[in-house]
Amino acid sequence: MAGILFSLGLTGLLVRRNLIYVLMSLEVMLNAAGLAFVVAGARWHQADGQVMFLFILAMAAAEVSVGLAMVLAIYHRFKSLDVDELSEMRG
Amino acid sequence: MELAFYVAGAVAVLSTTLMLTRLQIVHALLYLIVSLLGVAVVFFLLGASFVAALEIIVYAGAIMVLFVFVVMMLNLGAPEAEMEKRWLTPGIWVSPVVLASILIIEVLYLVRGSAASLEAGGRVEPKQVGIALFGPYLIGVELASMLLLAGLVGAYHLGYRKADKREIRHDADTHERRAAIGGDLVLAGADRSARTP
Repeated sequence: MAGILFSLGLTGLLVRRNLIYVLMSLEVMLNAAGLAFVVAGARWHQADGQVMFLFILAMAAAEVSVGLAMVLAIYHRFKSLDVDELSEMRG
Repeated sequence: MELAFYVAGAVAVLSTTLMLTRLQIVHALLYLIVSLLGVAVVFFLLGASFVAALEIIVYAGAIMVLFVFVVMMLNLGAPEAEMEKRWLTPGIWVSPVVLASILIIEVLYLVRGSAASLEAGGRVEPKQVGIALFGPYLIGVELASMLLLAGLVGAYHLGYRKADKREIRHDADTHERRAAIGGDLVLAGADRSARTP
């Protein structure tokens, strides 16, 4: 199931052209990785998996805050273009 | 027990697939929230209830609020009104509500059922997690705090430059305006800034 979620996030990352969708797909992928850690921790009765999930959580929070601030900056710089074409204006 | 796990997993996968195929960002956000709730139920079923609570609080709470704020800040405009009319039609919010209610029914069933059934999975108590977190993983905690600080400063910097630019744009930067505000000092400043390029 973690593999399915991760591949879904990866396809979303590759297919969608909107920056917000890309960030959401990144969220899904990080979530899937954390799910894999927690499942492994539950399988072998170790607490390390949940510790790793906490680290992934902190990293996802930091990444999303910076990424959304960058989305805002990009949108305010290229205000004349459509929101759905955000990723094409970085060229 | 097994059935509950598979139902929650199916809800998560299905809502993620629906998230990727939405055209409106807000619809995709709804499905993403349902997907995160489904993964939280899976964590709860795996015996990691602390992590499930953190998933709901941090992901479905804080990060989703950030996304919703950004979508609100980006999507201001005239076409919003007709878009909002279309959003109020029931066909859009029915399927996230159905998926989320499946999860709610499942959690109620699990909570009402005996707690002994939850012990089937490898249950790891939050106490063990805390001991491991502040024992061998202490340097990781410090690194995570540094990372969060870097994220905070970076987000503030990216947002601050935009606000600074807007302020300069709104200020009437002409000689008449400066003469109206102040005296020779201001004019001298204006002269120097005009000379430097």
